[in-house]
Amino acid sequence: MRRKRWYDYLWIWSIVYFALGFFNILFAWLGMIDFLLPLAFAAFGGNKFFCNHLCGRGQLFQKLGGELKCSRNKPSPRWFSAKWFRYGFLVFFLVMFGNMVFQTYLVAVGAESLREAIKLFWTFRIPWGWTYTAGTVSPWIAQFSFGFYSLMLTSLLIGLIVMVLYRPRSWCTFCPMGTMTQSICKIKNH
Amino acid sequence: MASKRIAVVEQGRCVACGACENVCPRKAIGVYKGCYARVDLSLCVGCGKCGQTCPAGCIRLQERTEAPV
Repeated sequence: MRRKRWYDYLWIWSIVYFALGFFNILFAWLGMIDFLLPLAFAAFGGNKFFCNHLCGRGQLFQKLGGELKCSRNKPSPRWFSAKWFRYGFLVFFLVMFGNMVFQTYLVAVGAESLREAIKLFWTFRIPWGWTYTAGTVSPWIAQFSFGFYSLMLTSLLIGLIVMVLYRPRSWCTFCPMGTMTQSICKIKNH
Repeated sequence: MASKRIAVVEQGRCVACGACENVCPRKAIGVYKGCYARVDLSLCVGCGKCGQTCPAGCIRLQERTEAPV
């Protein structure tokens, strides 16, 4: 069997990240690590070392769905891993990310005021004000935190749903980060 | 002696997540340059663990056709 390495425990990081968001929303910024590291590995190393070994979310799904058997373990529908769906979901995700950055910009220039809420599935607004004391930082820094945490929590929930319905790591088949890094690797190693 | 069966990856649908690599007891399968999973035929014993784990369901077992190594 494979020897355990320090990075086999990164699933704990995933839990810690989401827990921190319930206490202080500013910790949401730490999620940028999970955003930039995979891209750095792909762009500079031409590999998916992040997805393969460092992704705490993938490990968490494998733990819950695999070891704890919270998964039906049925193969995902074929369209999950079809190119049109993967790239389509990536584009959708990037547009939503862009929208979130735009909201942050509006708050930064004073055109909008800070909304202390998170938005799940890009639809349901949930008051999240207890995680932030007004005036701690510039409003746009807080706005980005709420927006980014919404994105992270939404994708985690989608991941958990497909984990239960299909295989533990079904989320990975259409994870926007995974699609992006694989594309970069394909271009780089062509 | 080589096993009767081997794992075969449908590369066009592989998302290179590395789930197979992490369950393979023999390090016979691994993600190649972040593009797709590749099987080392000399190491694969055809246990099928990778195929059961693959979220895309793009790994299946096949009879080994070539002469034993």
